[in-house]
Amino acid sequence: MPKVLMRGNHVVGEAAIRAGCRYYFGYPITPQNEIPEYMSEKLPEAEGGVFIQAESEIASVHMVIGASMAGGRVMTSSSGPGISLKQEGISFLCALELPAVIVNMSRGGPGLGNIAPSQSDYFQATRGGGHGDYRTIVFGPNSCQELADLTYEGFNLADKYRTPVLVLGDGMLGQMMEPVELPQEIPLKKLPAKDWALTGAKGRASRFIRSLILDPIKEEEHNWKLMRKYEKITREEVRWETYFADDAKMMVIAFGIAARIAKGAIKRLREEGVKVGLLRPITLWPFPFKAIKEISKKVKHFFVFEMNMGQMLEDVKLGLEGNGEVHFYGRPGGVILTPLEIARVISSQYYQKRLG
Amino acid sequence: MKKVFGRPKSLKATPFHYCPGCGHSIIHRLIGEVIDEMNLQEKIIGVPPAGCAVLAYNYFDIDMGEASHGRAAAVATGFKRVLPDRIVFTYQGDGDMAAIGTAESIHAAARGENITTIFVNNGVYGMTGGQMAPTTILGQNTTTSPRGRKEKTEGFPINLSEMLAIARGSSYIERTAVNTPANILKTKKAIAKAFRLQMQGYGFTLVEILSACPTNWKMDPVKSSKWIDEVMTSHFPLGVLKDNSGDKKDAH
Amino acid sequence: MPAGMIEIDSELCKDCKLCISVCPHHLIEPFNQLNQKGYAPVIFTESEHKKEDRKCTGCALCAMMCPEIAIEVHRA
Repeated sequence: MPKVLMRGNHVVGEAAIRAGCRYYFGYPITPQNEIPEYMSEKLPEAEGGVFIQAESEIASVHMVIGASMAGGRVMTSSSGPGISLKQEGISFLCALELPAVIVNMSRGGPGLGNIAPSQSDYFQATRGGGHGDYRTIVFGPNSCQELADLTYEGFNLADKYRTPVLVLGDGMLGQMMEPVELPQEIPLKKLPAKDWALTGAKGRASRFIRSLILDPIKEEEHNWKLMRKYEKITREEVRWETYFADDAKMMVIAFGIAARIAKGAIKRLREEGVKVGLLRPITLWPFPFKAIKEISKKVKHFFVFEMNMGQMLEDVKLGLEGNGEVHFYGRPGGVILTPLEIARVISSQYYQKRLG
Repeated sequence: MKKVFGRPKSLKATPFHYCPGCGHSIIHRLIGEVIDEMNLQEKIIGVPPAGCAVLAYNYFDIDMGEASHGRAAAVATGFKRVLPDRIVFTYQGDGDMAAIGTAESIHAAARGENITTIFVNNGVYGMTGGQMAPTTILGQNTTTSPRGRKEKTEGFPINLSEMLAIARGSSYIERTAVNTPANILKTKKAIAKAFRLQMQGYGFTLVEILSACPTNWKMDPVKSSKWIDEVMTSHFPLGVLKDNSGDKKDAH
Repeated sequence: MPAGMIEIDSELCKDCKLCISVCPHHLIEPFNQLNQKGYAPVIFTESEHKKEDRKCTGCALCAMMCPEIAIEVHRA
């Protein structure tokens, strides 16, 4: 397949349409505006495509709920403040066991923050900003290619597990252009059948989809059912990548755009003989705890870089379970780390600890 | 002897949980009768709200998808855009529609979303124990307007149907009541008309129904029905607020 | 006028008395037996009468008014 030079936000829209998404409901918020713009242009051209710019992010996530109940492949996107408004809807999508893809091109926060890229929505995405016990699959893409692949894969996992999938990008990923190999278009008739959808009780008994479960015992059962689903996802869908890890004496752990910047630093340091590697979680939930524990058997020094005040840092510490020293270097507020900056920070620790 | 009145086919046998004299029960029956008479059971989808009628899916033998409080119009929009040839209706209370769901209601009407909304106005938040609603009228006592609603402190009640009649996307809006047999028949006709216009693609249709809530009004059901005529209808006048269809045929 | 009659399902009735308030011939009255839910269901006073003695015309105003669909109406 030939590569196409494309902007991250447009890649998300195109990948969704190729994954059979025919319903998009969104709302303007920088730095993801090009996604609704793209969908407003392309969806009406796609067979059965519907685009609505809703009156709010709250309305748009609830349109997602309706379209998903009706059996459609459906997506919404936003950035920090808008994703916060969608949290109740995301809790409902989990409780109702409805598939959907939700894209967050994160920006500087908290509050109104700014439109620069940031990773400060990690907790919200991986711990869930809504109410109740639920988890959502969270992808952390670090390139336009991964935006294409993970958005596309997001629809498959959402349908497979009947649960919402979050794609946690950032303003930089959304705005930058890179050559991308776009995924193969799925013909609509090849989409998985949804015999649970609400389409009108024709030739079958009526059914309903609801999350109000007044009897605590039944609600508890529902929670355990969801937990079994999340355990299955944790066993089967966790993804990560390593880089220069085999002989590493110090491991960097970073995700998304921060990991990409860290790779630049690691390449530079390797040329100077510094034995540092990278472990990059691709699914932020389920988080690759096992992989980190495995690596901590031979590496005792870890560096976590994030464009926030240290959020994935906590998952790294959970994964290490105390056997390994973790250093953190964060730049919140939309400031972008540079490879040189990280290289200096790593090498100072590397030599202080007499690793090289 | 021929049976001339009984339980509609599209209602399940489950007895209603509603309080004695509650208007929701009557409205459920009317919707069931219309669904039977217009043969819609196989192609209609309901969106119940969070409120007393959240359990509507225990009563209606049709496909139903529950919306979170205030968002039924958005959920119904999602349904209708995926299934344009099905009949989609929301069933909402006054808090659901005219307080938290105001934006969704106004924008569904403005978009001319081809859905029907059954708007049950009983002037209080029933499920949560009788708090003040956007349609609680001046002077009315509720658990959160214990000294009676006053415009200086609690502000004025909202006539949402009149507001939605201004929205250019709405095609038919009528306010009825279920406090007397005559009004009950008018309500049934209005519901049938709203569904029929939806089928003909006229766009947003709304039937607001004044409905008794004896428990939270602290009146017995018979007195509540009178109160609707004597007091409530002066604030929420009955009648057709908008009708672009020019269609005078009744339900059948 | 055609003769009619009604049957009130005492287990569904919640004693709201709306039917009593609309019956043109006042043929429905409160009663003191409680049902399983603890309501005292109302009764149709002509249920034992022979067809020719009944004033009920099966107009169904009571059934229309009944929130619980507890009243079935029969008409000759």
